[in-house]
Amino acid sequence: MARFEGTSSFVATEDLKVAVNAAVALQRPLLIKGEPGTGKTVLAQEVARALGKDLISWHIKSTTKAQQGLYEYDAVSRLRDSQLGDARVHDIGNYIIHGKLWDAFEAENAPVLLIDEIDKADIEFPNDLLLELDRMEFFVYETRQTIKAKQRPVIIITSNNEKELPDAFLRRCFFHYIKFPDRETMERIVEVHYPGMKSLLLREALTAFYELRELPGLKKRPSTSEFLDWLKLLVAEDIGPEVLREKSAAKLIPPLHGALLKNEQDVHLFERLAFIHRRGG
Amino acid sequence: MFIGFFLALRAAGVKASLREYLTLQEAMHAGLGDFDVDTFYYLARATLVKDERFIDKFDRVFAESFKGVLQPKPETVDGVAAQELPEEWLKLLAEKVLTDEEKAEIEAMGGFEKLMETLRKRLEEQKGRHEGGSKWIGTAGTSPFGANGYNPEGVRIGQQTSRNRSAVKVWDERSFKNLAADVEIGTRNMKVALRRLRRFAREGAAEELDLPGTIGSTARNAGYLDLKMVPERHNAVKLLLMLDIGGSMDDHIALSEQLFSAAKGEFKHLVHLYFHNCPYETLWTDARFRSADAVATADVLHKYDSTWKLIFIGDAAMSPYELIQPGGGISSWNAETGQDWLRRLITAFPKSVWINPVPEKHWNYTHSTKIIREMFEDRMYGLTLEGLDAAMHRLMH
Repeated sequence: MARFEGTSSFVATEDLKVAVNAAVALQRPLLIKGEPGTGKTVLAQEVARALGKDLISWHIKSTTKAQQGLYEYDAVSRLRDSQLGDARVHDIGNYIIHGKLWDAFEAENAPVLLIDEIDKADIEFPNDLLLELDRMEFFVYETRQTIKAKQRPVIIITSNNEKELPDAFLRRCFFHYIKFPDRETMERIVEVHYPGMKSLLLREALTAFYELRELPGLKKRPSTSEFLDWLKLLVAEDIGPEVLREKSAAKLIPPLHGALLKNEQDVHLFERLAFIHRRGG
Repeated sequence: MFIGFFLALRAAGVKASLREYLTLQEAMHAGLGDFDVDTFYYLARATLVKDERFIDKFDRVFAESFKGVLQPKPETVDGVAAQELPEEWLKLLAEKVLTDEEKAEIEAMGGFEKLMETLRKRLEEQKGRHEGGSKWIGTAGTSPFGANGYNPEGVRIGQQTSRNRSAVKVWDERSFKNLAADVEIGTRNMKVALRRLRRFAREGAAEELDLPGTIGSTARNAGYLDLKMVPERHNAVKLLLMLDIGGSMDDHIALSEQLFSAAKGEFKHLVHLYFHNCPYETLWTDARFRSADAVATADVLHKYDSTWKLIFIGDAAMSPYELIQPGGGISSWNAETGQDWLRRLITAFPKSVWINPVPEKHWNYTHSTKIIREMFEDRMYGLTLEGLDAAMHRLMH
């Protein structure tokens, strides 16, 4: 059995690996939660890559219905076709549109199915998928056929905690909460994304970044992906570590902070603190 | 296997089901446990906990259940002998109150250098668990070494985490503490709290015609009309918010006010009223308590009917006279007691709760809090996610 050990472009912590491997081995869905920008969605892509499987992503919106993941009956086209006297109208199968789950079940090699941001949908959404995810089969009423998974796909579900998920649904999943990476893990993540970055710059940038995250009252704390973007900018602009260090004494606001702070109030808060700091120091 | 652990988890309030327990067994059978403590811990966590708010509880139960059984590998601590200190051995079983002489004796033992030296020696000599006494390392004794004892210069052994992180078990780090549901609401979990309130605000509405649904189902019916109805999206909740301003809890109360205001768009009506310590015949529409902003409580009682929901937010801590004595109010003379006015409000608004920012464990120590809690027939809730949830649930049902 293939095991997930992280990939060359994704740093997986020990607990994440255990959770992924358990879900793959026991063929149960894996539910992933965590702060935005900690790599929940990327995880599915990386698992697919590491296990050599195809990835089927199903992105959930507030209007998504569970049924859409299975199949949809395009009644409106059929009505139109019947008005126009099209011969296709006699076979209802022509109007059944396959959903993502159907695709995943029918695939020859079990793919990785990502159900992204499941909490965006209606509160009943997860309940509507219980049986389908459990038994990996569903029934198409219009054509009276049962679609059964040829091989059980690896299912990864992400949630941003906007709604609570029903207990019955949770009981069927493995669960993993992606913690915000500590400094050590962050260094490994950076190494994966920008190999051979000047260690001095990295250390200063990390210090500035974690200081910023600890700032009380921030509306939106910068995430890993924002940190990586910021690093890229720092390198592109060729800003040296000494500039970053200098800020702690005099300027306080790190250069190119726009990549980290995405909110006007946060920038204001930061500037105000910098002002107080300068007067005090 | 691990039935004791599973039952302890349930007793601690982690809602793990039998199904999940069986899944864990299945995973162990499949060899996923790896005969490694950390892997087993991660596996059990992924299987039995489905909400990050419970991870902290899980960590505590795990530490409790497997302490002594599962030991991390011993590692060297800065030159001190490479001897593992089993947690159980340092477990606090008794918290002893020391006499003054004993304390003085410890003071006399010398400086830190000396203590470290002695520790090193003792570690070499000592073999078993030890408690009480005054020489061996253990808990609750007067020896300068070990946790929970008394020694002004004591060295904490049970708690050392920073010096050697690798020797500390993952579950003992309790890194999910901030996500636990019973912590107070701060900026971190404000958003989650807001979503709870929104859900509360969404409930209770009539049905309206679902146009796309009707068209779809008519088409499906090959042209025969088929009407579809959906629940109306906007809400019908009317909320009266009474806030206690002018005390030690102002910060918390301001926070909760922000919380409700942020959810304001979700309510059909939201009215703020302010009082100081206890509501009497006058309430204020502004926290500055100017006479221009005053409204008579009697008017409030008449103006809003019983379909309004009433939420008090305050620490409920005051002198009992302010509640039970006419004229006991601190700001002005009140002809009727605070208790009378409270009772009137509670009767007029059957759907009412009191949200108290003071941690629940302190409630019983304040006489007035007890009285108010009784008046509310236990509908007093803490300002935590759990508390808000329970309060909202109570208001809806």
